[in-house]
Parts: sequence; C-alpha cells; structure tokens
Amino acid sequence: MTTNEEMPMVSIKDVHKSFGDLEVLKGVSMDINRGEVICIIGPSGSGKSTLIRCINALNDIQQGSILVEGQEVNDPNLDKLELRKKVGMVFQQYNLFPHKTALENIMMAPIRVLKQDKKEVEETARALIKKVRLEGKEDNYPGELSGGQQQRVAIARSLAMKPDVILFDEVTAALDPETVNEVLLTIKELAEEGMTCILVTHEMAFAREVADHIYFTDRGVIVEHGPPTTFFDEAKDPRTKEFLSQIL
Amino acid sequence: MDSFYEWFKILYDDTGINLPFLYDSYDRGRMFDGFLMTIKLSLLCLFFSVIIGMIGAWLQNSPLKWTRRFVGGYIQIFRNTPPLVQLYFFYFAVGALLPKIDNGYGGEMPLLGGFAWAVISLSFFAGAFNVEIFRSGIEAVPKSTVEAAEALGFSRLQIYKDITLPLAFRVMLPALNNNLVNLVKTTTLAYAIAVPEMLYEANQIWSDNVNVTEMMIFMLLAYFFLVGILVWGMNRWERAMKIPGYG
Repeated sequence: MTTNEEMPMVSIKDVHKSFGDLEVLKGVSMDINRGEVICIIGPSGSGKSTLIRCINALNDIQQGSILVEGQEVNDPNLDKLELRKKVGMVFQQYNLFPHKTALENIMMAPIRVLKQDKKEVEETARALIKKVRLEGKEDNYPGELSGGQQQRVAIARSLAMKPDVILFDEVTAALDPETVNEVLLTIKELAEEGMTCILVTHEMAFAREVADHIYFTDRGVIVEHGPPTTFFDEAKDPRTKEFLSQIL
Repeated sequence: MDSFYEWFKILYDDTGINLPFLYDSYDRGRMFDGFLMTIKLSLLCLFFSVIIGMIGAWLQNSPLKWTRRFVGGYIQIFRNTPPLVQLYFFYFAVGALLPKIDNGYGGEMPLLGGFAWAVISLSFFAGAFNVEIFRSGIEAVPKSTVEAAEALGFSRLQIYKDITLPLAFRVMLPALNNNLVNLVKTTTLAYAIAVPEMLYEANQIWSDNVNVTEMMIFMLLAYFFLVGILVWGMNRWERAMKIPGYG
C-alpha cells in the first residue's frame, strides 16, 4: 500500500451499534490520520467507549465501516489477530494480569502472540519500564502497585506490541487525583513522539493541551468537532455549550 | 529392624493385641502392596479427574448447545448417583458388554480388570465435581482481564491456558482440595470389585487372623495419616500460589 501515508490511519464511516434494542451509536463517522491525537468527549452513555471498543473489534457493529490501515473491521472473516497487532488498548481499570509481575505483563503478548525471542522481548520490556518511569518495579505484582503505576504498566504493555494506534478508554477515570498527572504525562510524551492516539477522556485541560482534534458525542451521534481552540472557545451547538459549561 | 518386628510378636503373646502386618513378613507384604495400590489408585484418579474437570469446564463454555448439554448431563448423572453404584455399573454392566480377550492359557478374561474400572469410574465421579469447581473458578475471573488479553491478540485457547486457568486455579483451590481429599477416601470403594487396595488387604488379614478390632483401628489411623499428608501438601501449594494483592 503505497498510499499509506495519505489515507487516514483509521476511517470510521456511518457506524451503527446496538445492544439489543438499545441503539448506542447512530451513524458515527470520523477520520484519524497518522500521528494525530484525537479526544472524544461527551456525557456518560453517549457511546464514546463503545465507539473505540469497535475499532479493535471488542464490540461488533451492525452497520457501517471501520477501516484500520485499509483493513475492514466490519467483516465476518476479520483476522482479529492482524487487527489487534496494529491497535493497542489501555483500559479504565488497567486490567493487568494479576498473577504476572509488571515485567511479565509487558513481555507476555510479544512472546505468546508475536512469538518473539524472549531475550529481545525482555530488553524491550525493560526499556519500556524505564520509559514509563517505573524502574525498580519490574518484579512487583500489580497488586503491589498504585493505580497510576498499574496504568503506566498497562501503557507499556500495549506499547510492547508496537501498535500503530493506541486506544485510551477513560484511562484516568479510576485514579486518585494526584496520580492522574503521572499517567497523563506518559500519554503526552507518546503523543509528542508521534504515536497515533484515540482517547476517551473527561480531562478537558489535557484534551485542550494535547489533542489535534476534539469530537463531542451525545446520544450516539457526533454533535460537534474541531481543533481544541475552536472547539472550546467557539462551540456552536447548544448541547456542546451546555456540556462544556457544566464541566469547565 | 527384626527386633522391632519381634516386639509386636511379644506384644501379641503377652496382651493378645494382634498386629500380624508388623511381625509377620507375609502379612507385612500384603499390607504394603495394599498401601502402594491405594497410592497408585489415588494418584491416577487425581490426575484424570483434574483433566476431566479442565476439559469439561472448557466444553461448558462451548458455543455449541449440545456440547454444553452433554457436559451438563454427565455432571448430573455422576453427581446424583452413589459412587458404589457407578463402580458396579462400570465393572459389571459396561464390563460385561465389552469383548473378552484371550488370557494366554486358552481361557478368556475381561478386556479391563477391576483396577482399570476403578480408575475410570472414580475419575469420572470426582471429575464431575471438578468440572463444577473449575467452572466456579473460571466465572470468578474478571471479564475485563480476559478482554485485555483479547485486545492484545491472544487466542481463545491462549487466554484459557495463560490467563483464565491460572487465575481460576487460585480461586478454586480450597474447593478442589476438598474434592480431592474426598476422592482419596472414596478409593476404598474399589474394595467392592476386589481391587487389592489397603482396605481389601486389611480384610484379607483380619479374615486369616481374626483380629478385626485391631485392623479397624489401624485402617482408621492409616487413612488419617495418608489424607493428612495430602492435605498438608495441598495447603502448602495453596500458600505457594498466593499472589500479592490478589484473592
């Protein structure tokens, strides 16, 4: 694919998703280019998390198309392994493997899924531990780490798979206020290095600082979107205005 | 050692407390063989029943309705009938239906002997409980942890092997230990189809020596210590499996 650089890395078109009778996404479209940082904000239950969970096929969709580097996600014969090699994910509750140490958590997927050499993987994992500033915590179990530390291990675990894009699903929502910043700092560094990031977040100041583009969702549709300065200072839609007035 | 054995002979002569499995070399051999047989039977049944539990719990999560029903039916049959009846069923009913084979002396003998049937029957009996125990452990593993593995590209089998089972194991160990202790005690039922395990050999000895009281006391103590060792080992294992900050 020679046009890789020009085409959007993730292209979402008219996506519909229902849980039973409840339609959560009612025709959502967005394009995310390589190296971009996208923040999706909106009230609870507006479908933000559902949307990003569709990108790596943790949720299936009923209608529409999601292309990740040209690979169609809404395809019954989808090669999930191929997709998930490209798309990393970090969760609200960290979801580390509690029976593995921090280092083992990071090493597991490259060894088991990518069948990489254990020695090389360990080198990479140690470098990643350093990158997320957790030196000395390699041999600690998740239960011995604080929320913020666990979340940074989770980010390193995702990075170990060398993904092209990472999904962040309200990754600071479960953290103590004082540890939120250490995680945000790690994400910010990733963004500055050019990692494509799609974040669902309630951290408005962070979104304003880091995002290239902000999407506001409500009741399953994208109400408004734009670059942070325009979005925060010149919101047009009354729903966006109301939401921002409550949260800022 | 000989004087140690001799002492029990004197004990018998002086007090009438008859422990021939200590002073008589023939009875000693019988008792020891019975002990080994009990160990062999227990280990094989422990092994197979755990395997059955693991596979059964995996099949219970199958997307195929009939696979799940089959496992459910198996559990109901083996949980709701007495193990002795199951043992007789396998040995006398199933055993009679199987073809006979040549015994090397021109006669015929059954395809499977009492020992093999005891292993099969008791493994399925304990296995039925193990399936339920494994299932409870698997259900205790948070769905979000499994999802994290999915998002990293793990396959269903890899998730079961690397994530679900190791975590489920820690949750279900106390229940599993209970069932395995029960299984070891249930091996005495093999006595009923003449498998020469410890209780069977003890019966042989008391028939020959008319020392029922002594043998019964000895049996109780022997099983108490045998199962005690198992429980001790299991408890150590439980402690070794503990992970900081989990469970």
